[in-house]
Amino acid sequence: MIAIRFTNVSKSYPRYLHVTRGLKASLLSLSQTVRAFKQEKFLALHDVSFEISEGETVGVVGPNGSGKSTTLALMAGVLKAEMGCVSVRGHVCPLLELGAGFHYDLTGRENIVLNGVLLGLTRREVIARLRDIVEFSELEEFLDQPVRTYSSGMVARLGFSIAVHLDPDILLIDEILAVGDLHFQAKCREKIKWFKNRNATIVLVSHSTSDIRQLCDRVLWLDHGKLVGQGAPHEVVPLYEQSQLMRSV
Amino acid sequence: MSAAEGSRTSDARKLEYLRDLIVVLTAKEIKGRYKNSWLGYAWSVLNPLAFATVYFLAFGVFMRVQITDYPLFLISGLFPWQWVSHSMSSAPNIFLANATLLKKVRFARHVLVASAVLSDGFHFLLSIPVILVFLAIYHVAPTWLWLVGVPVLIGIQFVMVYGVGLLIASLNLFLRDLDRLTILFIAFLFYLTPIAYTSSMIPEEYRLYMYLNPFTPLILNWQQLFLTGTLSGGAVVAAGAMAVLSAMIGYLTYSKLAPRFAEVI
Repeated sequence: MIAIRFTNVSKSYPRYLHVTRGLKASLLSLSQTVRAFKQEKFLALHDVSFEISEGETVGVVGPNGSGKSTTLALMAGVLKAEMGCVSVRGHVCPLLELGAGFHYDLTGRENIVLNGVLLGLTRREVIARLRDIVEFSELEEFLDQPVRTYSSGMVARLGFSIAVHLDPDILLIDEILAVGDLHFQAKCREKIKWFKNRNATIVLVSHSTSDIRQLCDRVLWLDHGKLVGQGAPHEVVPLYEQSQLMRSV
Repeated sequence: MSAAEGSRTSDARKLEYLRDLIVVLTAKEIKGRYKNSWLGYAWSVLNPLAFATVYFLAFGVFMRVQITDYPLFLISGLFPWQWVSHSMSSAPNIFLANATLLKKVRFARHVLVASAVLSDGFHFLLSIPVILVFLAIYHVAPTWLWLVGVPVLIGIQFVMVYGVGLLIASLNLFLRDLDRLTILFIAFLFYLTPIAYTSSMIPEEYRLYMYLNPFTPLILNWQQLFLTGTLSGGAVVAAGAMAVLSAMIGYLTYSKLAPRFAEVI
Protein backbone atom coordinates (compact mmCIF):
# COMPACT_ATOMS: atom_id res chain seq x y z
CA MET A 1 0.00 0.00 0.00
CA ILE A 2 1.30 3.45 -0.89
CA ALA A 3 1.34 5.93 2.01
CA ILE A 4 2.65 9.00 0.20
CA ARG A 5 2.70 9.63 -3.52
CA PHE A 6 4.15 12.67 -5.30
CA THR A 7 3.24 12.84 -8.98
CA ASN A 8 5.13 15.47 -10.98
CA VAL A 9 4.97 17.90 -8.09
CA SER A 10 6.21 21.43 -8.59
CA LYS A 11 6.10 24.19 -6.06
CA SER A 12 7.33 27.73 -6.47
CA TYR A 13 7.18 30.62 -4.08
CA PRO A 14 6.44 34.08 -5.32
CA ARG A 15 9.00 36.40 -3.81
CA TYR A 16 6.63 37.81 -1.31
CA LEU A 17 9.35 39.98 0.13
CA HIS A 18 8.17 42.73 -2.14
CA VAL A 19 4.79 42.75 -0.53
CA THR A 20 5.60 41.85 3.02
CA ARG A 21 8.05 44.74 3.25
CA GLY A 22 5.04 46.91 3.98
CA LEU A 23 2.02 48.70 2.72
CA LYS A 24 3.68 52.00 1.97
CA ALA A 25 6.57 50.58 -0.01
CA SER A 26 4.23 48.30 -1.97
CA LEU A 27 1.84 51.12 -2.82
CA LEU A 28 4.53 53.66 -3.67
CA SER A 29 5.94 51.37 -6.30
CA LEU A 30 2.72 49.72 -7.34
CA SER A 31 3.80 48.75 -10.84
CA GLN A 32 6.92 47.14 -9.44
CA THR A 33 4.84 45.24 -6.92
CA VAL A 34 2.51 43.91 -9.56
CA ARG A 35 5.44 42.86 -11.71
CA ALA A 36 7.05 41.15 -8.75
CA PHE A 37 3.87 39.22 -8.19
CA LYS A 38 3.76 38.06 -11.78
CA GLN A 39 7.34 37.26 -12.54
CA GLU A 40 9.65 36.63 -9.69
CA LYS A 41 9.31 33.12 -8.52
CA PHE A 42 11.57 30.83 -6.66
CA LEU A 43 11.26 27.24 -7.78
CA ALA A 44 11.46 25.16 -4.61
CA LEU A 45 10.45 21.84 -6.14
CA HIS A 46 10.55 20.98 -9.80
CA ASP A 47 8.68 18.03 -11.26
CA VAL A 48 9.32 15.65 -8.37
CA SER A 49 7.77 12.18 -8.39
CA PHE A 50 8.20 9.40 -5.87
CA GLU A 51 6.26 6.91 -3.82
CA ILE A 52 6.64 5.91 -0.22
CA SER A 53 5.07 2.63 0.85
CA GLU A 54 3.34 2.03 4.13
CA GLY A 55 5.82 1.03 6.81
CA GLU A 56 8.82 2.40 4.97
CA THR A 57 11.36 4.68 6.62
CA VAL A 58 12.63 7.13 4.06
CA GLY A 59 15.41 9.65 4.53
CA VAL A 60 15.54 12.90 2.60
CA VAL A 61 18.98 14.39 2.02
CA GLY A 62 20.19 17.42 0.15
CA PRO A 63 22.05 20.69 0.67
CA ASN A 64 20.35 23.72 2.24
CA GLY A 65 17.62 25.13 0.04
CA SER A 66 17.19 21.95 -1.97
CA GLY A 67 13.49 21.61 -1.13
CA LYS A 68 13.54 19.21 1.81
CA SER A 69 11.36 21.30 4.10
CA THR A 70 9.00 22.13 1.26
CA THR A 71 8.60 18.41 0.65
CA LEU A 72 7.72 17.82 4.30
CA ALA A 73 5.32 20.78 4.34
CA LEU A 74 3.54 19.36 1.30
CA MET A 75 3.23 15.99 3.05
CA ALA A 76 1.91 17.67 6.20
CA GLY A 77 -0.64 19.51 4.08
CA VAL A 78 0.35 23.01 5.13
CA LEU A 79 1.40 23.83 1.58
CA LYS A 80 -0.41 23.10 -1.64
CA ALA A 81 1.34 21.80 -4.72
CA GLU A 82 1.19 24.18 -7.64
CA MET A 83 1.42 21.52 -10.28
CA GLY A 84 1.18 17.79 -9.95
CA CYS A 85 -0.46 15.86 -7.19
CA VAL A 86 0.38 14.98 -3.61
CA SER A 87 -1.61 12.17 -2.06
CA VAL A 88 -1.21 11.09 1.54
CA ARG A 89 -2.95 8.17 3.25
CA GLY A 90 -3.37 8.21 7.03
CA HIS A 91 -2.88 10.52 9.96
CA VAL A 92 0.24 12.63 9.55
CA CYS A 93 2.08 13.89 12.58
CA PRO A 94 4.99 16.28 12.20
CA LEU A 95 7.61 16.34 14.91
CA LEU A 96 7.76 20.01 15.84
CA GLU A 97 10.82 22.16 16.21
CA LEU A 98 12.03 22.82 19.70
CA GLY A 99 8.96 23.81 21.67
CA ALA A 100 6.81 25.05 18.78
CA GLY A 101 3.23 24.98 19.95
CA PHE A 102 4.25 25.10 23.59
CA HIS A 103 3.20 27.91 25.85
CA TYR A 104 6.02 28.63 28.22
CA ASP A 105 3.85 29.89 31.08
CA LEU A 106 1.79 26.70 31.16
CA THR A 107 2.91 23.59 32.99
CA GLY A 108 4.31 20.51 31.32
CA ARG A 109 1.03 18.71 31.84
CA GLU A 110 -1.03 21.53 30.29
CA ASN A 111 1.37 21.68 27.37
CA ILE A 112 1.03 17.98 26.68
CA VAL A 113 -2.71 18.43 26.23
CA LEU A 114 -2.30 21.64 24.21
CA ASN A 115 0.28 20.10 21.90
CA GLY A 116 -1.58 16.83 21.52
CA VAL A 117 -4.77 18.60 20.48
CA LEU A 118 -2.89 20.83 18.04
CA LEU A 119 -1.44 17.70 16.50
CA GLY A 120 -4.89 16.27 15.88
CA LEU A 121 -6.05 14.33 18.94
CA THR A 122 -9.03 15.06 21.15
CA ARG A 123 -8.43 15.84 24.81
CA ARG A 124 -9.70 12.42 25.84
CA GLU A 125 -7.27 10.72 23.51
CA VAL A 126 -4.36 12.78 24.81
CA ILE A 127 -5.22 12.16 28.45
CA ALA A 128 -5.42 8.42 27.79
CA ARG A 129 -1.79 8.60 26.65
CA LEU A 130 -0.60 11.00 29.32
CA ARG A 131 1.10 8.40 31.47
CA ASP A 132 3.06 6.92 28.56
CA ILE A 133 4.13 10.35 27.38
CA VAL A 134 5.35 11.38 30.83
CA GLU A 135 7.11 8.10 31.40
CA PHE A 136 8.96 8.28 28.12
CA SER A 137 9.99 11.90 28.65
CA GLU A 138 11.35 11.12 32.15
CA LEU A 139 9.97 14.45 33.34
CA GLU A 140 7.58 13.26 36.09
CA GLU A 141 8.94 15.55 38.76
CA PHE A 142 8.73 18.65 36.56
CA LEU A 143 5.29 17.91 35.18
CA ASP A 144 3.51 20.64 37.13
CA GLN A 145 6.23 23.24 36.68
CA PRO A 146 5.85 25.91 33.97
CA VAL A 147 7.74 24.95 30.84
CA ARG A 148 9.75 28.19 30.99
CA THR A 149 11.71 26.62 33.84
CA TYR A 150 12.72 23.68 31.62
CA SER A 151 16.07 23.46 29.89
CA SER A 152 15.96 23.31 26.11
CA GLY A 153 16.84 19.63 26.26
CA MET A 154 13.86 18.98 28.51
CA VAL A 155 11.54 20.88 26.15
CA ALA A 156 12.79 18.78 23.26
CA ARG A 157 12.24 15.59 25.23
CA LEU A 158 8.68 16.57 26.02
CA GLY A 159 7.99 17.49 22.38
CA PHE A 160 9.37 14.23 21.04
CA SER A 161 7.54 12.19 23.67
CA ILE A 162 4.22 13.77 22.71
CA ALA A 163 4.68 13.30 18.98
CA VAL A 164 5.67 9.65 19.13
CA HIS A 165 2.77 8.72 21.42
CA LEU A 166 0.03 10.09 19.18
CA ASP A 167 -0.01 6.90 17.07
CA PRO A 168 0.56 8.67 13.78
CA ASP A 169 0.37 6.58 10.62
CA ILE A 170 3.02 8.84 9.16
CA LEU A 171 5.68 10.56 11.24
CA LEU A 172 7.55 13.50 9.74
CA ILE A 173 10.88 14.31 11.36
CA ASP A 174 12.77 17.43 10.32
CA GLU A 175 16.31 17.39 11.71
CA ILE A 176 15.27 16.83 15.29
CA LEU A 177 17.48 14.02 16.53
CA ALA A 178 20.27 16.42 17.35
CA VAL A 179 18.51 17.66 20.48
CA GLY A 180 18.62 16.25 23.97
CA ASP A 181 21.54 14.51 25.61
CA LEU A 182 23.13 11.35 24.27
CA HIS A 183 20.96 9.15 26.46
CA PHE A 184 17.78 10.70 25.09
CA GLN A 185 19.03 10.68 21.51
CA ALA A 186 19.63 6.96 21.84
CA LYS A 187 16.12 6.59 23.23
CA CYS A 188 14.68 8.50 20.27
CA ARG A 189 16.45 6.17 17.85
CA GLU A 190 15.09 3.19 19.75
CA LYS A 191 11.60 4.67 19.54
CA ILE A 192 11.94 5.23 15.81
CA LYS A 193 12.96 1.61 15.38
CA TRP A 194 9.96 0.60 17.48
CA PHE A 195 7.80 2.66 15.14
CA LYS A 196 9.25 0.90 12.16
CA ASN A 197 8.31 -2.41 13.70
CA ARG A 198 4.75 -1.20 14.10
CA ASN A 199 4.60 -0.60 10.37
CA ALA A 200 4.37 3.19 10.66
CA THR A 201 5.70 5.27 7.80
CA ILE A 202 8.52 7.64 8.69
CA VAL A 203 10.02 10.45 6.65
CA LEU A 204 13.25 11.73 8.11
CA VAL A 205 15.06 14.85 6.96
CA SER A 206 18.58 14.92 8.29
CA HIS A 207 22.06 16.16 7.60
CA SER A 208 23.39 13.33 9.71
CA THR A 209 24.19 10.67 7.13
CA SER A 210 24.94 8.18 9.91
CA ASP A 211 21.35 8.51 11.17
CA ILE A 212 20.11 8.03 7.64
CA ARG A 213 22.23 4.92 7.15
CA GLN A 214 21.14 3.48 10.48
CA LEU A 215 17.44 4.12 10.31
CA CYS A 216 16.29 4.42 6.73
CA ASP A 217 15.25 1.79 4.21
CA ARG A 218 15.52 4.19 1.33
CA VAL A 219 16.88 7.65 0.60
CA LEU A 220 15.58 10.48 -1.55
CA TRP A 221 18.26 12.94 -2.66
CA LEU A 222 17.10 16.42 -3.56
CA ASP A 223 19.18 19.15 -5.13
CA HIS A 224 17.91 22.53 -6.31
CA GLY A 225 14.34 21.30 -6.11
CA LYS A 226 14.94 18.22 -8.22
CA LEU A 227 15.02 14.60 -7.25
CA VAL A 228 18.53 13.67 -8.36
CA GLY A 229 18.69 10.20 -6.87
CA GLN A 230 16.92 7.61 -4.82
CA GLY A 231 17.71 4.15 -3.58
CA ALA A 232 19.18 2.19 -0.72
CA PRO A 233 21.20 4.24 1.81
CA HIS A 234 24.44 2.41 1.11
CA GLU A 235 24.15 3.35 -2.56
CA VAL A 236 22.83 6.91 -2.43
CA VAL A 237 24.49 8.28 0.71
CA PRO A 238 28.11 7.85 -0.54
CA LEU A 239 27.23 9.59 -3.80
CA TYR A 240 25.57 12.42 -1.90
CA GLU A 241 28.52 12.78 0.46
CA GLN A 242 30.88 12.85 -2.46
CA SER A 243 28.95 15.61 -4.18
CA GLN A 244 28.96 17.64 -0.97
CA LEU A 245 32.71 17.27 -0.67
CA MET A 246 33.20 18.28 -4.30
CA ARG A 247 31.22 21.42 -3.62
CA SER A 248 33.37 22.48 -0.69
CA VAL A 249 36.64 22.03 -2.59
CA MET B 1 -8.01 0.47 8.23
CA SER B 2 -7.40 0.45 11.99
CA ALA B 3 -10.09 1.30 14.53
CA ALA B 4 -8.33 4.52 15.47
CA GLU B 5 -8.19 5.58 11.87
CA GLY B 6 -11.87 4.87 11.41
CA SER B 7 -12.90 6.97 14.38
CA ARG B 8 -10.68 9.77 13.20
CA THR B 9 -12.89 10.40 10.24
CA SER B 10 -16.29 10.24 11.91
CA ASP B 11 -18.32 13.44 12.19
CA ALA B 12 -18.89 13.11 15.92
CA ARG B 13 -15.18 12.96 16.50
CA LYS B 14 -14.63 15.96 14.24
CA LEU B 15 -17.04 17.97 16.35
CA GLU B 16 -15.47 16.79 19.58
CA TYR B 17 -12.08 17.67 18.17
CA LEU B 18 -13.13 21.18 17.13
CA ARG B 19 -14.62 21.79 20.57
CA ASP B 20 -11.43 20.57 22.25
CA LEU B 21 -9.27 22.73 20.02
CA ILE B 22 -11.31 25.80 20.95
CA VAL B 23 -11.31 24.92 24.66
CA VAL B 24 -7.60 24.16 24.84
CA LEU B 25 -6.52 27.25 22.91
CA THR B 26 -8.88 29.55 24.83
CA ALA B 27 -7.70 28.12 28.15
CA LYS B 28 -4.13 28.74 27.03
CA GLU B 29 -4.93 32.38 26.25
CA ILE B 30 -6.68 32.94 29.55
CA LYS B 31 -4.07 31.18 31.68
CA GLY B 32 -1.15 32.64 29.80
CA ARG B 33 -2.15 36.26 29.75
CA TYR B 34 -2.14 37.06 33.42
CA LYS B 35 0.23 34.49 34.84
CA ASN B 36 3.05 36.96 35.04
CA SER B 37 1.20 40.07 36.16
CA TRP B 38 0.46 40.56 39.81
CA LEU B 39 -2.62 42.68 39.23
CA GLY B 40 -4.15 39.80 37.30
CA TYR B 41 -7.86 40.11 36.74
CA ALA B 42 -7.85 43.70 37.98
CA TRP B 43 -6.32 44.86 34.68
CA SER B 44 -9.38 43.97 32.66
CA VAL B 45 -11.46 46.15 34.99
CA LEU B 46 -9.00 48.95 35.72
CA ASN B 47 -8.38 49.71 32.08
CA PRO B 48 -11.96 50.69 31.10
CA LEU B 49 -12.44 52.37 34.48
CA ALA B 50 -9.37 54.52 33.88
CA PHE B 51 -10.68 55.53 30.46
CA ALA B 52 -14.12 56.22 31.90
CA THR B 53 -12.51 58.56 34.44
CA VAL B 54 -10.55 60.47 31.82
CA TYR B 55 -13.51 60.82 29.47
CA PHE B 56 -15.68 61.93 32.36
CA LEU B 57 -13.14 64.63 33.21
CA ALA B 58 -12.62 65.76 29.63
CA PHE B 59 -16.18 65.62 28.32
CA GLY B 60 -18.32 65.68 31.46
CA VAL B 61 -16.50 68.15 33.69
CA PHE B 62 -14.52 70.33 31.28
CA MET B 63 -16.74 70.31 28.18
CA ARG B 64 -19.91 69.89 30.24
CA VAL B 65 -21.69 67.37 28.09
CA GLN B 66 -25.30 67.14 29.28
CA ILE B 67 -25.95 63.43 29.72
CA THR B 68 -27.68 62.20 32.87
CA ASP B 69 -25.51 59.89 34.95
CA TYR B 70 -22.66 60.41 32.52
CA PRO B 71 -20.16 58.12 34.33
CA LEU B 72 -22.65 55.26 34.20
CA PHE B 73 -23.34 55.93 30.54
CA LEU B 74 -19.60 55.86 29.78
CA ILE B 75 -19.12 52.60 31.63
CA SER B 76 -22.03 50.88 29.86
CA GLY B 77 -20.35 51.49 26.50
CA LEU B 78 -16.68 51.32 27.46
CA PHE B 79 -16.72 47.85 29.01
CA PRO B 80 -18.01 46.09 25.88
CA TRP B 81 -15.81 48.36 23.75
CA GLN B 82 -12.76 47.24 25.68
CA TRP B 83 -13.41 43.72 24.34
CA VAL B 84 -13.65 45.01 20.76
CA SER B 85 -10.49 47.09 20.97
CA HIS B 86 -8.48 44.43 22.79
CA SER B 87 -9.30 41.69 20.30
CA MET B 88 -8.80 43.92 17.29
CA SER B 89 -5.44 45.24 18.45
CA SER B 90 -4.14 41.75 19.16
CA ALA B 91 -5.49 40.37 15.86
CA PRO B 92 -2.58 41.35 13.55
CA ASN B 93 -0.15 39.24 15.57
CA ILE B 94 -2.23 36.12 16.16
CA PHE B 95 -0.94 34.17 13.17
CA LEU B 96 2.54 35.69 13.29
CA ALA B 97 2.98 34.64 16.91
CA ASN B 98 2.29 31.02 15.91
CA ALA B 99 4.57 31.00 12.86
CA THR B 100 6.39 27.73 13.54
CA LEU B 101 3.12 25.96 14.20
CA LEU B 102 1.50 27.26 11.01
CA LYS B 103 4.47 26.13 8.97
CA LYS B 104 4.40 22.57 10.23
CA VAL B 105 0.98 21.49 11.39
CA ARG B 106 -2.27 21.44 9.54
CA PHE B 107 -5.13 22.43 11.82
CA ALA B 108 -8.07 24.83 11.74
CA ARG B 109 -6.00 27.99 12.14
CA HIS B 110 -9.01 30.28 12.38
CA VAL B 111 -9.58 28.76 15.82
CA LEU B 112 -6.51 30.72 16.96
CA VAL B 113 -8.48 33.91 16.28
CA ALA B 114 -11.68 32.53 17.78
CA SER B 115 -9.93 31.59 21.00
CA ALA B 116 -8.22 34.98 21.31
CA VAL B 117 -11.61 36.68 20.91
CA LEU B 118 -13.23 34.25 23.35
CA SER B 119 -10.63 34.90 26.02
CA ASP B 120 -11.22 38.65 25.70
CA GLY B 121 -14.94 37.91 25.95
CA PHE B 122 -14.28 35.91 29.09
CA HIS B 123 -12.62 38.93 30.69
CA PHE B 124 -15.54 41.09 29.66
CA LEU B 125 -17.88 38.62 31.34
CA LEU B 126 -15.81 38.84 34.52
CA SER B 127 -16.07 42.63 34.44
CA ILE B 128 -19.87 42.67 34.43
CA PRO B 129 -20.08 42.60 38.26
CA VAL B 130 -18.27 45.95 38.24
CA ILE B 131 -21.01 47.34 36.00
CA LEU B 132 -23.54 46.02 38.52
CA VAL B 133 -21.76 47.92 41.30
CA PHE B 134 -21.99 51.15 39.33
CA LEU B 135 -25.66 50.52 38.55
CA ALA B 136 -26.29 50.09 42.28
CA ILE B 137 -24.53 53.37 43.03
CA TYR B 138 -26.89 55.12 40.61
CA HIS B 139 -29.90 53.16 41.95
CA VAL B 140 -30.50 51.28 38.72
CA ALA B 141 -31.46 47.62 39.10
CA PRO B 142 -30.77 44.92 36.50
CA THR B 143 -33.82 43.18 35.03
CA TRP B 144 -34.59 39.54 34.26
CA LEU B 145 -34.01 40.34 30.61
CA TRP B 146 -30.28 40.41 31.41
CA LEU B 147 -30.32 36.63 31.69
CA VAL B 148 -31.22 36.38 28.01
CA GLY B 149 -29.84 39.67 26.77
CA VAL B 150 -26.28 39.34 28.07
CA PRO B 151 -25.63 35.90 26.49
CA VAL B 152 -27.27 36.94 23.21
CA LEU B 153 -25.26 40.14 22.94
CA ILE B 154 -22.06 38.34 23.93
CA GLY B 155 -22.78 35.82 21.15
CA ILE B 156 -23.38 38.56 18.59
CA GLN B 157 -20.28 40.44 19.68
CA PHE B 158 -18.16 37.28 19.49
CA VAL B 159 -19.24 36.59 15.89
CA MET B 160 -18.71 40.24 14.98
CA VAL B 161 -15.22 40.55 16.47
CA TYR B 162 -14.20 37.09 15.23
CA GLY B 163 -14.96 38.18 11.66
CA VAL B 164 -13.06 41.45 11.89
CA GLY B 165 -10.20 39.76 13.74
CA LEU B 166 -9.91 36.98 11.17
CA LEU B 167 -9.82 39.55 8.37
CA ILE B 168 -7.06 41.56 10.06
CA ALA B 169 -5.04 38.52 11.15
CA SER B 170 -5.10 36.99 7.64
CA LEU B 171 -4.34 40.20 5.74
CA ASN B 172 -1.52 41.15 8.08
CA LEU B 173 0.54 38.18 6.89
CA PHE B 174 0.59 39.72 3.44
CA LEU B 175 0.73 43.40 4.38
CA ARG B 176 2.90 43.48 7.43
CA ASP B 177 2.29 47.03 8.60
CA LEU B 178 -1.41 46.52 8.91
CA ASP B 179 -0.94 46.53 12.68
CA ARG B 180 -0.14 50.27 12.65
CA LEU B 181 -3.20 50.87 10.55
CA THR B 182 -5.30 48.77 12.91
CA ILE B 183 -4.33 50.90 15.90
CA LEU B 184 -5.41 54.04 14.02
CA PHE B 185 -8.57 52.32 12.85
CA ILE B 186 -9.57 51.34 16.40
CA ALA B 187 -9.05 54.89 17.65
CA PHE B 188 -11.16 56.34 14.81
CA LEU B 189 -13.82 53.73 15.31
CA PHE B 190 -14.07 54.59 18.99
CA TYR B 191 -14.83 58.24 18.28
CA LEU B 192 -17.29 57.33 15.53
CA THR B 193 -19.23 55.00 17.83
CA PRO B 194 -21.66 56.57 20.30
CA ILE B 195 -19.76 55.67 23.48
CA ALA B 196 -18.66 59.05 24.84
CA TYR B 197 -21.77 60.74 23.41
CA THR B 198 -25.33 59.61 22.78
CA SER B 199 -26.68 58.91 19.32
CA SER B 200 -29.31 61.67 19.81
CA MET B 201 -26.49 64.24 20.01
CA ILE B 202 -25.52 63.51 16.40
CA PRO B 203 -27.10 66.06 14.04
CA GLU B 204 -30.03 64.62 12.09
CA GLU B 205 -28.28 64.73 8.70
CA TYR B 206 -25.33 62.62 9.94
CA ARG B 207 -27.26 60.07 11.92
CA LEU B 208 -27.70 57.72 8.98
CA TYR B 209 -23.93 57.56 8.44
CA MET B 210 -23.48 56.51 12.03
CA TYR B 211 -25.11 53.23 11.11
CA LEU B 212 -22.44 52.56 8.50
CA ASN B 213 -20.22 51.87 11.48
CA PRO B 214 -20.77 48.15 12.08
CA PHE B 215 -20.22 48.49 15.83
CA THR B 216 -22.89 51.13 16.40
CA PRO B 217 -25.93 48.82 16.76
CA LEU B 218 -24.01 46.51 19.06
CA ILE B 219 -22.91 49.24 21.47
CA LEU B 220 -26.39 50.84 21.42
CA ASN B 221 -27.82 47.46 22.45
CA TRP B 222 -25.42 47.11 25.35
CA GLN B 223 -26.16 50.64 26.60
CA GLN B 224 -29.88 50.03 26.36
CA LEU B 225 -29.64 46.72 28.22
CA PHE B 226 -27.36 48.00 30.98
CA LEU B 227 -29.04 51.37 31.53
CA THR B 228 -32.73 50.62 31.02
CA GLY B 229 -32.86 46.83 31.31
CA THR B 230 -34.64 46.58 27.95
CA LEU B 231 -33.77 45.54 24.42
CA SER B 232 -35.47 46.36 21.13
CA GLY B 233 -35.83 43.52 18.66
CA GLY B 234 -34.97 45.61 15.62
CA ALA B 235 -31.68 46.82 17.10
CA VAL B 236 -30.67 43.29 18.12
CA VAL B 237 -31.42 41.98 14.62
CA ALA B 238 -29.40 44.84 13.11
CA ALA B 239 -26.42 44.00 15.31
CA GLY B 240 -26.82 40.30 14.49
CA ALA B 241 -26.92 41.02 10.75
CA MET B 242 -23.73 43.09 11.02
CA ALA B 243 -22.11 40.23 12.92
CA VAL B 244 -23.02 37.65 10.27
CA LEU B 245 -21.76 39.93 7.53
CA SER B 246 -18.50 40.47 9.39
CA ALA B 247 -17.99 36.74 9.99
CA MET B 248 -18.67 36.01 6.32
CA ILE B 249 -16.19 38.58 5.06
CA GLY B 250 -13.60 37.47 7.59
CA TYR B 251 -13.99 33.77 6.89
CA LEU B 252 -14.03 34.16 3.10
CA THR B 253 -10.83 36.20 3.20
CA TYR B 254 -9.25 33.65 5.51
CA SER B 255 -10.18 30.65 3.35
CA LYS B 256 -8.87 32.39 0.27
CA LEU B 257 -5.53 33.23 1.88
CA ALA B 258 -4.98 30.32 4.28
CA PRO B 259 -3.35 27.95 1.74
CA ARG B 260 -0.57 30.51 1.35
CA PHE B 261 0.00 31.23 5.04
CA ALA B 262 2.89 28.79 5.39
CA GLU B 263 4.68 30.43 2.45
CA VAL B 264 4.64 34.01 3.63
CA ILE B 265 4.96 33.70 7.37
